[in-house]
Order: sequence, then C-alpha cells, then structure tokens
Amino acid sequence: MADLRDLYQEVILEHSKAPRNYRELASGQRAEGFNPLCGDHFTVFLKLENDVVNDVSFQGSGCAISKASASMMTQAVKGKSKAEAKKLFDTFHKLVTEGDANGDRADLGKLAVFSGVSEFPVRVKCATLAWHTLKAALEGKQGSVSTE
Amino acid sequence: MTTTTNLPSAAELHTVKRAYDVQRIRRDFPILARDVRGKKLVYLDNAATSQKPQIVLDAIARYYEQENANIHRGVHFLSELATSKHDHARQIVQKFINAPHAHEIVFVRGATEAINLVAQTYGRKHVSSGDEVLVTAMEHHSNIVPWQILCDEKSAKLRVAPINELGELIMAEFEKLIGPRTKIIAIPHVSNALGTVNPVAKIVELAHTLNIPVVVDGAQAAPHTKIDVQSLGCDFYAFSSHKMFGPMGMGVLYGKTELLEAMPPYQGGGDMISSVTFEKTIYNKLPFKFEAGTPDVAGAIGLGVAIEYLNAIGMDNIAAYEHELLAYATEKVSAISGVRLIGTARDKAGVLSFVMDNVHPHDIGTILDQEGIAIRTGHHCAQPVMQCFGIPATARASLALYNTKDEVDALAAGIKKVQEVFS
Repeated sequence: MADLRDLYQEVILEHSKAPRNYRELASGQRAEGFNPLCGDHFTVFLKLENDVVNDVSFQGSGCAISKASASMMTQAVKGKSKAEAKKLFDTFHKLVTEGDANGDRADLGKLAVFSGVSEFPVRVKCATLAWHTLKAALEGKQGSVSTE
Repeated sequence: MTTTTNLPSAAELHTVKRAYDVQRIRRDFPILARDVRGKKLVYLDNAATSQKPQIVLDAIARYYEQENANIHRGVHFLSELATSKHDHARQIVQKFINAPHAHEIVFVRGATEAINLVAQTYGRKHVSSGDEVLVTAMEHHSNIVPWQILCDEKSAKLRVAPINELGELIMAEFEKLIGPRTKIIAIPHVSNALGTVNPVAKIVELAHTLNIPVVVDGAQAAPHTKIDVQSLGCDFYAFSSHKMFGPMGMGVLYGKTELLEAMPPYQGGGDMISSVTFEKTIYNKLPFKFEAGTPDVAGAIGLGVAIEYLNAIGMDNIAAYEHELLAYATEKVSAISGVRLIGTARDKAGVLSFVMDNVHPHDIGTILDQEGIAIRTGHHCAQPVMQCFGIPATARASLALYNTKDEVDALAAGIKKVQEVFS
C-alpha cells in the first residue's frame, strides 16, 4: 500500500508552504499552465541567455504537490541549457510515472523526493504541470498548456 | 413542494427514526461492505454517483439472462415481455414524480441529455436573435453549456442570476432578470456543488405570469426529496438514474404534453416514426417521438426497481434521515478549526462542500482516500460557482440514504489527519 509520507515528504510540504522563486519576471518568456480538473493554474516566467536559463520563476495556485514541484523545478533548471532542462523534465517524468526503478536518480538531485508520486497515478498531473508549462515557455509557445 | 425543510413534527419524526434502519439499508448495497486501500469504504461521493442495491443489480442481470429482446416489435413472447417491462418502468417513473401522463416521461441517457434535448428542440424552435435564456450562478455545466450552444447559434443572450454568500439564489435579482425577451428559464432543483435547494414552485409561478417555460435540472434532488412535478408546476424536469441508485446511462425528461407535442423531434431513427417514405416521415406519438433507436431497456427496468426500492423506504423518511445526518455532518465538520463550509443555504440537501486553510482540496482528497474515504475534489463541473466564492475548488462530501453518523465521524477524523500532515 502506498504510504502518504512517500507522497507528502517534508521537503515537498516545506516547498509548498514557502515556494522559492515565487515572483513575476517583467521581461523574458512566459507560459501559462492549467489543470482544468482541479483548477490548478500556474504561470512560469523564463529569462534565457544564449539558450541558457538565466532566471526562472513562477506564480499561481495549486495543490501542495504542484506548488512544490514548481518551486523545486525553478531551482533545478536555473543555469541549465534548454536541452538540459528538457532532458531533466524527461527524467523527472519517468520518475513520477514509473518510480525510481530506473537508476537516473543521480541527475535529479533533490527532485528525487517526488518518486512517491508514482504510487498515486492521479497526482502525476499535479507534479508535472509546472514542467509542462516550463517546456511551453522554453519553446516560446503562445497560449496556454493544459494537462487535460 | 416538499423539500428537506418540510420536516414532520417531532412525534412523527420519532416514529420515522424508529422505522429507519440504516444498517439494514446498508446490507442492501453489496459494494458498501468492501474495503478500499485496506480500510473500510466510506463512500461520500454520492452527488457524483450513487451505489446500487442488490435488487437493482439482480433486475438487470435477470433482464439479460431471462427477458432480453427488442421492444415494440412484439410478435414473440420475449419481445412482449421486454416491452411490457419497459412500459411498466415508465409508469413507475410517472408515479414517482406525479406526472399526469406516462407519455410525458421520455427516457434519455441522463439529465445532461434531457437538458440538451430541450435546448435542441424546444429551444431551437422558440429562441431567436436577441432573446434571452436565464440560468443561475449555481448551475452544473450541464445546465449551462447546452444553453450557451443554443444562444451562440441563435445570437441570443445567456443571462445569469446571482447567488448570495450562503449560496442561495438572490430572488430579487432573479426577478429583475426576467423580461420580455426571456424565452426559457433553466434552474437546478438542488445545486450539486453547494446543496442549495431552490424555491422551484415560486420561480415557476413567477415565470408563468409571463408564459416563460421553466426547465428544472433535478439530478441532485431525485435521490433526496419527493418530487411532484404538478405541485412544482415546472414545464420540464430532468434527472439521472445513476444518482438515485439506478444504473448509469439512463435518465428521464419529464415534459408537459402540450410542449412535447409541439416540439420537433430530437434524433431521427427507428421507433420514433409511425411511417417513413423518402417523401415524408410521420413521427410517432409521445414519448416515442423523442426515443429514436433501441432504448436501454435494462436501464429503464433498473431505474424502475431503484424507484420501487426508494418508495419502499419512503422518500419522506429518506429526506428526514438525511436532513438529520447533514445537520450532524455540518456541525461536526464546521467545528474543526481551519475548515470553512462553502454553501450554507438555509434549505440544503445532501452536500457538504468545504475548504481548508493552507490545504488544497486535491491534497485533502488524496489523504482521505488513504483512509478509505471517497469524496470529490475540484470544481464539480460548476466552475462559475467556484468563481462566485473566489476559490479554485472545494472538497465535497455528499450523503445518501445509506450513510451513517459513524461515517461522518470518519470524515471528521480524516480531516484532522489532513491537518496533521500539513501541520
């Protein structure tokens, strides 16, 4: 049986209560992400320089999982190249859907705390909302992304 | 109109309570005995769908095992049997809502289809450019979107009557929004997100002074309260079988004869015609004009049995029991600090929507689920309601005739567990 503490790890709860990089960036790229089912809504702000994430932040509202994931994502991708950030999303996505069976944990660093999400399939969308939104911002897509 | 406020006197209530054996009722619902996630199931998601008693499950199985045939083609034994059972189900529904005639009961897939049917037939015929359709701010999406589609097509306007901070319709504002261009009024009998019971009879009376028909979404009322379409006076009444202990994929549209007669058909096909040539088709009489194709015969039979089950317990008994249970749940849950109820109308049925300080409803849902408690979290297909209260979502516990005070206690304990996780 899945354990609640696997999902709501201390680090996750702490980030959801005090999210990092929770601010607007006046310039740069931005994208909006929605999870229409539960009403989660985030905007991810992005400043790229020579294809490197110079600054990244977010704002919006959502559940503990989605907020903590957004917060920790901003920390994880800062300073990474576009390609590295996208690769990190792929690894993260694998982690939250398949658990930590696939040995890529080293790349994930602190993000590994989200491995418990794989035991709660309905919460995968929460954990990946900010990442999908980041991807849209990285690709300079217009409009908003939706997890539905 | 009978709502949860029309309670019997204290002496009567005592008799009712003695007669109401919830443990016996629970034994009629096999699913309630199962465990989920290693815990005893506490099913509090009845506004989404209700569980089914064994007699309904048996009736459906028996139909397919012993009685299955297509109806209205009756030259053989089974077809006659299936036809008569289908007809009988319609009569059961007619009596359940006190409709004057069985032909005013149209079988559809659910309340959603019933409302779409009215919008696409009555609506398309009677609403034109510049006209208005009036709904309320507490509507389920199924009583918004069909009217939006109609209004878009006809360049008509959808007007929305506001609600107050308790989640009640503001009648003075509602009255002001009724005007010479209002062609249809569509309201919920009971709000799915808030539990508010609307003064349907009063609204109908108001609407009829201007000859405006009233469509009532009764999906959330049917399992909780006695419905009498004649005393409500409404022109259309829609409800779903699956929310009232019957099978999914089955529902009812009640319509007044003169309105149904004058409406164009909904879908074309077999059964809805009396004769077809390539030059001209003559439509069948009511209600078959609106029932194209082979219907869900097992669904109708199952719904009929579910209604007979409700009748055996008595809708007044159910309403009285649930009213007491809701009062208990309201007291229990609102006593927990950091919890706020959304929807505190004076006349309520079945629903306890709430939010918690610093915890998103989705997290509440996941943590309660680990305790075996099934609730709904999100916007409950009523996003405008969430906007009224300035919240993205709520957690919603919704009650049915088989829920107990013990289950309410489990909910309250679960909420405290949520607070512990987030403390």
